[in-house]
This record gives sequence, C-alpha cells and structure tokens, in this order.
Amino acid sequence: MSAIEINNLNKKYKRTSAVKNINFKISKGKTIGLLGPNGCGKSTTLGMILGLIKPTSGSVLINGENIENNRTNLLEKMNFISPYIELPKKLTVEENLKVYGKLYGVKNLKNKISELMEVLNLTEFGNRKTGELSSGQKNRVSLAKALINDPEILLLDEPTASLDPDVGDYVRGIIEKFASKNNSTILLASHNMNEVERLCDEVLMMKNGEIIDQGKSNNLISKHGRKNLEEVFLKIVRS
Amino acid sequence: MQFHRIYGLFLRHFYLIRSSFPRILDLVYWPTIQIILWGFISKFFTMHSEFYNNTAGIILSAAILYDFLFRSSISFNMLFLEEIWSRNFTNLFIAPLKVNEIVIALTATALIRTLIGIVPAVLLASPFFGVSLLDLGPALILLLLSLYAFGITLGLFVVSGLLRYGPAFENVAWSSLFLLAPLGCIYYPLSILPDWLQVIAKGLPLVYIFEEVRSILLNNVVNYSNIMLALVLNFIYFLLSIFVFYKAFDEARNRGTLINVGE
Repeated sequence: MSAIEINNLNKKYKRTSAVKNINFKISKGKTIGLLGPNGCGKSTTLGMILGLIKPTSGSVLINGENIENNRTNLLEKMNFISPYIELPKKLTVEENLKVYGKLYGVKNLKNKISELMEVLNLTEFGNRKTGELSSGQKNRVSLAKALINDPEILLLDEPTASLDPDVGDYVRGIIEKFASKNNSTILLASHNMNEVERLCDEVLMMKNGEIIDQGKSNNLISKHGRKNLEEVFLKIVRS
Repeated sequence: MQFHRIYGLFLRHFYLIRSSFPRILDLVYWPTIQIILWGFISKFFTMHSEFYNNTAGIILSAAILYDFLFRSSISFNMLFLEEIWSRNFTNLFIAPLKVNEIVIALTATALIRTLIGIVPAVLLASPFFGVSLLDLGPALILLLLSLYAFGITLGLFVVSGLLRYGPAFENVAWSSLFLLAPLGCIYYPLSILPDWLQVIAKGLPLVYIFEEVRSILLNNVVNYSNIMLALVLNFIYFLLSIFVFYKAFDEARNRGTLINVGE
C-alpha cells in the first residue's frame, strides 16, 4: 500500500483548471520532489493532500484511506511546513511547541519538545517570543512544529526558501536525518534543484496543472540530455 | 472529540492573553469605561425620569448585560482574527482539529476573555452606583446564559463570513452587534419601535431578555415564559450558526481559501 496515492485528481476554480487529472503514488519511506514553475499547481496539490482544498474530482488516499472521509485521523499522522505560514509571533518557542504538541496529541510532550529544541539548536531560544527570532531561527521553529508528531507523512513547501546557504544546508540535513530515522514519506515542493537532487528519490515535474514528467533525477537528466536537474527544469518550463 | 485538542487551542489563546499586559488592560479598560459612563447616565435618569424613578440602575444593569453580550461576541471573533493576523490559520487547519472542537475551544476561551473584561466592571458598579446584577435574582443565570449563547452565535456567523470571504470581512466582525442593538430594545421597551420593526425585533432573543430585565427590576416579577422563549430562540439560532459555519468551512475548502490566509 502506498503512503500517498493520487488518482485522477482535478481542481477547477471557476474557469481555471489549477490541477488537471494528475496521478502518482509515493511508497512509504520515499522522498519525492515536486517541481514546477510558479502557479503550476504544486501548492494546490499539497493543499488537496492535506485536505485543505476540496478536489473537484479524483481522490487522495493516505495509507489507503480517502482524506475526504477521515481527514482528522489522517492529519494526526501528517504535518506541513511552508514559508507562507507562520506560528503565532507573540508566543514563545516553547509555548508554540506545547500548543501544537497538544493539538497533535503527542505523548511525553515535555521530552519531545526538549529533544526537538536540542536537535534544531533552539534550546537557548525556548523562552523567546517567536516573532523576535531571525528568519532562520523562525524556520527552525516551524520545522520543530512540523516534526512534533513524528509525522509518517511530511509535506514540505519550499522549506529552505529565504534562508542563507548555511542555514538552508543545516535544515536539509535535519530533514534527511528525520526521514531516515523515522522511515517517513516526504513530498517536497521546491525551486532549489540542488536540494531536490540531494534529498529526493524521485521527481515529479508539473506544468500548467499537469505532471509532464517523472523519474529519478539522474534518469531525467540523461533522458533530456542535460547536465543537471536545473537545466532539465528550464528546458521543460520553456518548451 | 478529544479534550487534548480543545485544551491545545485554549492554551494558544491563554498564552497570548498572558503574554501581554496591554492586552489584559485592553480587555478590562473598555467595559469599565462603559460602565462608568452608563452609571452616570443611569443616575441622571433615575433622578429625572418618571419611568425609572422607582428603580435605580435599570439602564446600568442593561448596559452591563449588553456589554457582556458584546464582549462575548467580539471575543469569539477576535480569537479567529488573531489566527488570520498571525498567519497561523493554515497551521491550525492542517492540525487534526474537528470543527466542533474548534467551536468548543473558542467558546470556552471567549468566556474567559469576556469574564476578564466584565467582572471588574460589575464589581465597580456596586460601590460606585449602588447597582448589583444580583438584584435580578436566580433568573440572572438564565439571562446570562442566553446572552452568552447569542454572543457566540453571532460570533459564529461572523467567523463563517471570515472563512467564506477572508480578512475583508473583518469590518463586519467589528460592527455586527451594533447592527442588532437598536432592535434588541436594550435601553427602551419594545413598544417604542414602529409596528413593522417590532415584528422583526420579536424574532430576536435580545428583546425578551431585556424586556425581562426591566420587568424584574421595575415590577419584581419574573416571567419565565419570556426567558424560555429567549433560550429556545437562541438554541434555534445557534443550530443555524453551526450549520452556516460548516457550510462556510466546506465552501472555503472548495475555494481553496484555507491555504495562505493572512493579511
């Protein structure tokens, strides 16, 4: 059984088709990259997988269950991070993690928070208000929130956008470690091709709401006769 | 329904209130000013109005109860607006929260916000103006319950609008109760309204609540059928608001507005 299975998924907004009949499966423990230009339907796809957006037709199965039928229970096993959403700025780092730990029903929450703060180098910021932190520190707090429930399925929307190369590299390392330790399934939407090459087992290429190519990074590079994934991306986007 | 999730959402707002003294001051400040202002107006009317000359503080009691209603409704709206302002909206909706858990958590938290604001004002009313809500007797419990239920119901309608239309609906959130206040007959009897407006006003539980407040304080008579009618109307409106909230949530999912909501 696949961790994520997308069948004939469509989303229409009035006259616009944001996602057109996409199909893919992600096996448990795999990390898959979702690539495509702005407005190609990546965020809408992630939104439908999270049950935030209702598909016009088609289905999203999480561990074989339709997200539309059992949203709350399935969301307990999932989490999400995006630079476009934030945690409450007036709450301290620890308070935010405690709130989300409770919402996700995390057992031994105190230990879990300590563990995450240590792994993500946040211990010294525990009592600081989240809004007072630098963007790199905030990003790590958001990542801590996304990992608080040890998600079986983790959706990442540009997790290192706006981070300097050093912090970006650090965050990628954390994601890599988490995935291998927990055997989690990760769907990563990103514009950073190096990140995708480093983290992902396979890549899905989206354009105009459709999946137009997919496969391992190396296979795509040789199939399209390019030097790296970025060139493949540019070729596909500009064609 | 899971208690830990309700508690988690409650904690989010509890930490927020606790974190800021100006925030607590803001909660207390307006009800207190309101009660002091209406206290003096009430005192003036008591001394110069035939209608009120037997009973001190009818207007002040009505003002306190109206403020209780106002605070409960605004508190409910504020809790939701806080999520939009802080861009935390999407985080909450991808958490495993059920709609009924959200409603229960916000209802409980709104009660605490309301009490923080209104209790000091109520306590001030007694030594300063000699007015105590306890003069309303045991019926006070049912009247407060009815007002709180209506405040939450109104809050649910407004929050449904925020879900459906996004932050642009914020202005309605602030003005919603002012729209109904003239029809609620808070400071005057129903008979003051023109006949056609009376018909509309009778559809609101507020009319029965405030008519009853005047009846108790002026005539010392409790008409429980009025109180029950207010509670029944509240129950109907509350069910309707829950239905509208679910519809708005569904519509927001259809329109994709639950993702990236923020100012």
